[in-house]
Amino acid sequence: MMKPLLQVEGLVTEIGGARVVDDVSFHIAVGETYALLGESGSGKSMTALSLMRLLPEGGRLAAGSIVLGGTDVRALPERAMRDVRGGGMAMIFQEPMLALNPVVTVGRQIVEVLARHRGLAGRPARDAARALLDAVGVPDAERRLDSYPFELSGGLRQRAMIAMALAGEPKLLIADEPTTALDVTIQAQVLDVLRRLKAARQMGMLLITHDLGVVAGNADRVGVMYAGELVEEGVRDAFFASPQHPYSRMLFEALPRSGDGGRLTTIPGQVPPLDAVFTGCRFAPRCPYAQDRCRTESPGWQTLGGQRVRCHFAGSLPVAAARGAGAARAVKAAAPLLAVDDLKVHFPIRRGLIQRTVGHVRAVDGVSFAIAAGRTLALVGESGCGKTTVGKALLHLIEPSAGAVTLAGETITSANLGSLRRQAQMVFQDPFGSLNPRMRVADILLEGMDALGVGVPGERRAAVARLLAQVGLPDDAGSRYPHAFSGGQRQRIAIARALAVSPRLVICDEPTSALDVSVQAQILNLLRDLQDALGLAYLFITHNLAVVEYLAHEVAVMYLGRIVEHGSASDVLRAPRHPYTQALVSAVPRIEPGTGVGVIRLAGDQPSPLNPPTGCHFHPRCAHASAVCRETYPDKTELGDGHWARCHWVAAQTN
Amino acid sequence: MHAYILRRLLYAIPILIGVNLLTFTLFFVVNTPDDMARLQLGAKHVTPEAIERWKTEHGYDRPLLLNRDAAGMAQLTDTIFFRHSAAMFAFEFGKGDDGRDIGTEIRTRMGPSLAIALPVFVIGLLVNISFALLMVFFRASYLDVGGVVLCVVLMSISGLFYIIAGQYFIAKLWNLLPISGFADGIAAWKFIVLPVLVGVVSGIGSGARWYRTIFLEEIGKDYVRTARAKGLPEARVLFHHVLKNGMIPILTGAVVVLPLLFMGSLITESFFGIPGLGSYTIDAIQAQDFAVVRAMVFLGAFLYIVGLILTDISYSWVDPRVRLQ
Amino acid sequence: MTYLPVVLWTDALVFVLLAAGAVLAWAIRRQEHLRAPWRSVAQRPMAMGAALVLGVFVVIGLLDSLHYRERLPDSAPGNPQYSVEVLSVFDALLGALRTQKEKTYSAPLAMQLYAKEFIERDGERVRDYPRLQYGGAHLAHPDERLPDIARRVLRGVVEGLAAGLIAFGLVAAWDARRRRVALAAWLAGWRHGTLGWPARTVVVVLALLAVLGATLVQLAAGYHVLGTDKVGQDVLYISLKSIRTGLVIGTLTTLVTLPLAIGLGIAAGYFRGWVDDVIQYVYTVLNSIPGVLLIAAAVLIVQVYIESNPELFDTAAARADIRLLALCLIMGVTSWTGLARLLRGETLKLRTLDYVEAARAFGVSHARILGRHIFPNVFHLVLIAIVLDFSGLVLAEAVLSYVGVGVDPSMYSWGNMINGARLELAREPIVWWQLVAAFVFMFTLVLAANLFADGVRDAFDPRQQGRR
Repeated sequence: MMKPLLQVEGLVTEIGGARVVDDVSFHIAVGETYALLGESGSGKSMTALSLMRLLPEGGRLAAGSIVLGGTDVRALPERAMRDVRGGGMAMIFQEPMLALNPVVTVGRQIVEVLARHRGLAGRPARDAARALLDAVGVPDAERRLDSYPFELSGGLRQRAMIAMALAGEPKLLIADEPTTALDVTIQAQVLDVLRRLKAARQMGMLLITHDLGVVAGNADRVGVMYAGELVEEGVRDAFFASPQHPYSRMLFEALPRSGDGGRLTTIPGQVPPLDAVFTGCRFAPRCPYAQDRCRTESPGWQTLGGQRVRCHFAGSLPVAAARGAGAARAVKAAAPLLAVDDLKVHFPIRRGLIQRTVGHVRAVDGVSFAIAAGRTLALVGESGCGKTTVGKALLHLIEPSAGAVTLAGETITSANLGSLRRQAQMVFQDPFGSLNPRMRVADILLEGMDALGVGVPGERRAAVARLLAQVGLPDDAGSRYPHAFSGGQRQRIAIARALAVSPRLVICDEPTSALDVSVQAQILNLLRDLQDALGLAYLFITHNLAVVEYLAHEVAVMYLGRIVEHGSASDVLRAPRHPYTQALVSAVPRIEPGTGVGVIRLAGDQPSPLNPPTGCHFHPRCAHASAVCRETYPDKTELGDGHWARCHWVAAQTN
Repeated sequence: MHAYILRRLLYAIPILIGVNLLTFTLFFVVNTPDDMARLQLGAKHVTPEAIERWKTEHGYDRPLLLNRDAAGMAQLTDTIFFRHSAAMFAFEFGKGDDGRDIGTEIRTRMGPSLAIALPVFVIGLLVNISFALLMVFFRASYLDVGGVVLCVVLMSISGLFYIIAGQYFIAKLWNLLPISGFADGIAAWKFIVLPVLVGVVSGIGSGARWYRTIFLEEIGKDYVRTARAKGLPEARVLFHHVLKNGMIPILTGAVVVLPLLFMGSLITESFFGIPGLGSYTIDAIQAQDFAVVRAMVFLGAFLYIVGLILTDISYSWVDPRVRLQ
Repeated sequence: MTYLPVVLWTDALVFVLLAAGAVLAWAIRRQEHLRAPWRSVAQRPMAMGAALVLGVFVVIGLLDSLHYRERLPDSAPGNPQYSVEVLSVFDALLGALRTQKEKTYSAPLAMQLYAKEFIERDGERVRDYPRLQYGGAHLAHPDERLPDIARRVLRGVVEGLAAGLIAFGLVAAWDARRRRVALAAWLAGWRHGTLGWPARTVVVVLALLAVLGATLVQLAAGYHVLGTDKVGQDVLYISLKSIRTGLVIGTLTTLVTLPLAIGLGIAAGYFRGWVDDVIQYVYTVLNSIPGVLLIAAAVLIVQVYIESNPELFDTAAARADIRLLALCLIMGVTSWTGLARLLRGETLKLRTLDYVEAARAFGVSHARILGRHIFPNVFHLVLIAIVLDFSGLVLAEAVLSYVGVGVDPSMYSWGNMINGARLELAREPIVWWQLVAAFVFMFTLVLAANLFADGVRDAFDPRQQGRR
């Protein structure tokens, strides 16, 4: 057993009347990574802020002890605490754009820590800051010292944040969802940096995340939090091999995995609000194994092998049935419902005295695909690749610059938009922004029917009730306002709104990316049921490859406004051919240990669509790039079964 | 950057034309020179001859837009519009009813106006920011609550009260400073102190409260938490990180009024007998001297637009994120 | 008929505004998202106390907006002639306060004039301060004045407290009945402040207002409580009559502002493109002209209009009223830009939100999107702007009247009071009561409005919560 660096005992944190952290104990050894895993509202971030004593106003540490390297941090006077912050332990936050001061250069923000904790100033401080930026892999560090945060890409910003946290040479690094705001290829880069530096500096690390994949690749030990409590703790391998708490288990089962034909296990309900009064086990209301004892008696810790679990029935729970492979989804080759041909969306850039158009941002640059009724096409890509713009341009929410959209054999022009809108609808990403807070749910559902004249006016109220039932909402939901619903329920309302006009195609724009895993599973199941029942076609826009595997029949991968690879879901995800797709697939953190596939590291960031690279857009980041890649954009290379890629390298291999 | 400023300057032209047309409509179309004459002459002296004579004296005896009696270009130039409205683009304001050249008056009166307005502006800004920072530093304590209540009380008091009370107590009762008046050169200081004091005090309420809100908004942001997580003392967090961000809206909000300081303050100057542009304007309004009012409208609009352009430029100075295009 | 009802333009608009307020209140009661913030306003002691004070001002203003003309006593029954003097219900309630005029200045609660005159005393002509015609006229000797005042104050306080107690009883009985609790339990809740609304503040403010009112009534029966002005008019009367002017300016101006600000601000933000360009151009032009000068120019024009069309106005009150209305219009036209800009910015943000996109995906018309999605979501900003602007407008009236482009000089207003009084500042000894009265009245109204506005803003703007 290594010497504990951090020892937390019985930590209780209160904000207002709510106990956001309740009796949490754990320890972290030198050089160890401890992952705190939980859904939103579980209290994991508040635990981190409690350690730093940086609680929001109204928050206080009510009980417990926090011992860092022999000092009780909780008992320190504020003055001495400041030496600990940044010096003893440092913290990395989720959103680097917001967490860095926007009007102070990166260099000065790092030097500030050096001055505070290492007494450096002037030239030595600047050199040390540059060395730090070098260490976290920021290219051209000397120049970047004088950059402002907005001038850096998301990945570089987070690296700068890490450099800043390391500047005080902390013994413990707290990383609060350090990669959640980043694209998956960038996430892989940043996690790499963290792993490397932790090892080199022998730091302890507290990694806070909701992503089991991130835990699997980075943590030594894992703690699972639920509703302010730690419910399970163990060594990573043991935990991943056999999670013991019903909640942990269900988190695994709710995760869409490759080769998954069947339905996802969902956790009913949602994380309870923390100002509630709990009796018994906090998970009991959502637990399928709960018995009377769970509802009255709060469970204590039980030790099972290397794991500690807070469940009355730990160890005696039934072994989860292996997920049924389920019926392979029927593949029907039908005439396409939607055909998109050479769709372009260019935004003009105006400059100069008379605002002349000097160029175009080619957000979408010649995209073609087709979807048949009852089928799902997933449009996959990282942020900024233009996938959302495709969705909006299809519905003419953004006017396309060129290209033809044919829906059910009818070519859509601005004259027959009405028929487009009756047949194609959209579900948006953010369940909080997509429902008007000032309208009742019934009015939200009626809006589309009224505007498009769907159905008989007198019967629309009945239609609303039917829709609510269809998406699994209670009958009285119609008379309430959106704020009365949780994120998952709101997304159901948004789906019902789209279905209200009986469309044949639904464009789902990242419908689950703002939701917790357990809720995501509910929504994915719902979407699939609706597709089976109504024969809907989905255009599923996402960056989350795991979701794609679960839901999509076909996949199109977008990079910088163009589709670079297209094919059936199994072909593209299991045997990707385009180097970008390969990197994308390999960068997804896997929960299965030792899958043997090394992560393909992509250099740098996605270039701006304002000024795309010549030739193949991907060549500056591509390991296989050759001279021809720099000069001409590759044509389609057919790989059979409708699978194709645009890549010179692939073309050379197949010939 | 240069193209941007040039474009903004070009944009100023239609604005000034709009202002000009609006004042022309108000002063000559809605309200004809005959009406003006009647108002000036007073009910007793209104005869058609008197009106004509008044119009001739003031140069209003021409057609509004088109002079059909004149030849060639003079058809357009020998009109009220050209002589009294369009001429302002060349900063030719003509003469006031007292016969003095308005342009000369403006030049000589700018000095005294600035002598009051500039110190009020600078000291006021410093005092308000300091007061706001003080409240923010002690936020959620009794000091903060008391400060806010004080601000609300201060801003509920009429500006006229500050002036009258200041004059009564400081000048009349305690005889510390002269009640009103002005002097040239360095001797002016004793006439300046009281109006500046009054000006600063009357602005504290709303100013400090507004700045406090700005700072509090900044304090809630994530980068402040980051700064604290670095172990920086609260004072450094406040005076370095928060102040730097909070100053962006404050400074740019202040820059827009900077050119308008030339116009002086109507009320203050009138009460304290400062021979500036403010008292000039107020006298003109009270004497219904339309030529002066028109000139001041144009000047004010011009300075406001200069302020807008300065604001844009100052944004690009204080906020690295702003690039002018 | 002994009275001829007179509806001045501003009267009509004030009652239109009242009706609109009532309709709005009814609409708000039905909308949970609007009712909730108002409920939170009602829970703030400071806001509720301020609201009560504002309520007193509003009631006075409304009573003062019911105008009539009295029939001349000597006019023939078949052909009634009416007095040219337009009175209001409030005048009738004040009774003698309006008519009891002295010769010139007299100090508050004085029984003698402020200027010496030759008077007959014991058959001799001496130069001294003469007794007032009404103020303290019931006293035989000056020595009786202070005891008499003390007696009246005492009686006023007692009466006020009694009235306050009755009000307390009524509030208690009503609220206890409403929540179906025993009176004793209600009283306990009241004492501990656990009733869920600031009942303690309400009761205390009610009692204070009652005491103040009763004392004033007691004193005013025998004295000029705030003295008299140059022409001997009671200053308390003038101050009270000025309330209506202040309220009209603070509210009607906003009424003019709202359609412009809402319509243009939302249109600019929603449609963007050339609509935005045109609207921005208009408001930059208007904004660039110094406000006072624009108001001055417009008021002078109205003045010319009024003077050249005397036949349109049958009374001095109607003439003054039209100028008041014109002032409101002009101030409205010059002050919509701030709110419009705010609404434009907010609309720019809202139009990119997914629920607006969703509505567009259904082909919902622009009008419906504006009405159902945009406007309800900026409405709280409008409301905040209304209450925040009110106090600024009341203060602006004083400044404008000073400049000479405010309300008609014959109209009762705090601005005119200050303007008239400051000329007397040089006098020895100083005539201070007029100024002080005007400032105190104005301060009370503006402070109450500001405190109330703070409450409203905190409740409606979640970003502002807890930072006032």
